[in-house]
Amino acid sequence: MTTNAQTEVGLLARQHGRWHWSEFAFWIVVLAVGLAFPSRYLIMTEILRLALFALSLDLILGYAGIVSLGHAAFFGVGAYCAGLLSVHGIINEPVLALIVAGLAATVLGFATSFLVIRGVDLTRLMVTLGIALLMEALAERFSNITGGTDGLQGIDIQPIFGVFAFDMFGKTGFFYALAVLFVLFLLARIIVHSPFGLSLRAIKNNPLRASAIGIPVNKRLIAIYTVAAFYAGIAGALFTQTTALASLDVFSFERSADLVLMLVIGGSGYLYGGLIGAAVFRMLQELFQWITPQYWMFWIGLVLVIIVLVGRHRIHAYALWLPNLILRQIAGRKAAVALTDNEAP
Amino acid sequence: MTYALETRGLDKHFGGLHVTRDLSLQIRPGARHALIGPNGAGKTTVINQLTGVLEPSSGRILLEGQDITDLPVHKRVLRGLSRTFQINQLYPDLTPLETIGLAVSERLGGGGNWWRRMGTRDDINAEIAETLERFRLLDVMNDRTSTLPYGKQRLLEIAVAIAAKPRVLLLDEPAAGVPEGERKDILAAVAALPRDVTVLLIEHDMDLVFSFADRISVLVSGALLVEGAPDEVARDPQVKAVYLGEAA
Repeated sequence: MTTNAQTEVGLLARQHGRWHWSEFAFWIVVLAVGLAFPSRYLIMTEILRLALFALSLDLILGYAGIVSLGHAAFFGVGAYCAGLLSVHGIINEPVLALIVAGLAATVLGFATSFLVIRGVDLTRLMVTLGIALLMEALAERFSNITGGTDGLQGIDIQPIFGVFAFDMFGKTGFFYALAVLFVLFLLARIIVHSPFGLSLRAIKNNPLRASAIGIPVNKRLIAIYTVAAFYAGIAGALFTQTTALASLDVFSFERSADLVLMLVIGGSGYLYGGLIGAAVFRMLQELFQWITPQYWMFWIGLVLVIIVLVGRHRIHAYALWLPNLILRQIAGRKAAVALTDNEAP
Repeated sequence: MTYALETRGLDKHFGGLHVTRDLSLQIRPGARHALIGPNGAGKTTVINQLTGVLEPSSGRILLEGQDITDLPVHKRVLRGLSRTFQINQLYPDLTPLETIGLAVSERLGGGGNWWRRMGTRDDINAEIAETLERFRLLDVMNDRTSTLPYGKQRLLEIAVAIAAKPRVLLLDEPAAGVPEGERKDILAAVAALPRDVTVLLIEHDMDLVFSFADRISVLVSGALLVEGAPDEVARDPQVKAVYLGEAA
């Protein structure tokens, strides 16, 4: 009896971490889209960078419940670090430079985590916002290093591993960004399904109870905030490497704020929300800019209000209504695509 | 003798409010000790100081002879002091399985592990299964906690405190708000606690106190009024006047 229960407990506990077929489908679709539109590499690469950046915010917002309006601080540090490494020829191999840039953001993340974990949501919003503003001001002040408002001049990214050169159509950049996103996604997936990842969700649910069963709450929050800074730094470095640009706007408030919007669109706390949100956000932006170049922000704002008021769950249900209807005809009553209900409100 | 839990001259002020007054409690190993007192006597404030949620204004707290006054909450838990809350403190979005799993992982030193999947350590799985079985939560172990009936949530509240394998367990009104029909499960769970675990019970329900406790401390206005065996406390004229008199 007890051994049966033990086996069942093990099975159920592992069930969350198992790959669902819809996840395979998701990545196959991503790859297929990449191969199907060779003339759209630039915008698709941009979506991949945004997706990685949003994944970073999801780790702290969706799992640990840390809100941030200053995530661009880490994006910017990663971006400038990758740019400077290239301009001064310190590290010419992009992958190595990418990792070093990510680590630079990690250092900033660790150092500022102690300020961020104090206090509650509003305090955290203000502290993260403040840190990003500080970084922007510092980058402007030390324009002899960063190039100031003109941006960093003379970034020339060498071939990846000395073999794959960046081309003008952005093909190398796209597959490079996709590979980086996929590897870091796998790592994030391992992290969130571990006891550490579960303890973050516990802290988000109820920090009082979390500490009352022996979870060192602050230590865990510092750890995930630092990891998220690494992810954001990598996203920033990818930006510099795939566009050969780094200017002050990498630290901009809009960049941090857009990120929150992406998670609102895609949902947080199941890893795919940031990826889907980034794609939808960028496509909407493109669509609205095409319809009305001047007032596209109006439409983005309207979509957000609708999403928040109607609720993502209901929108997902509407969106999945037709596919599920067809699926049921083919595969019987029980077949249906459902999104996880483990989402932040 | 080394007490399981001891306070020495504990004092707590909230501004001008003096809520704990020179409180010295000694709780023997293995005791079933109850802390009672009228509403506003400061019982929960005492618990919060014992567990580290509140910092005492002065005085010391000793767990098995070791001073734990300056330790944070989670370190006291790892030293063997765990608690339940008067109002359930659970994880609404997590399942009982995950809730218990976290407590067990943390105690067995696997809580900070980020590369291993949940459910891949047999020793942890075995303990989760055993705890869920003992508290009759196996049938709901994969349901979200927020969807469980209140009685089951109350059992989970006790189960998660037990999963931390405490040597001293603080029960803050375990039967509070539980409907009559589900009460006996809670009382059975409390009665079935291992004998070597020292229990400090805070309770309003006098039936539960007198059936469970072998030692009772009466707290009035933050100070210790009387301490003794249940029959002594029941006979005490001061207690009758201040506490039981009020209830009658």
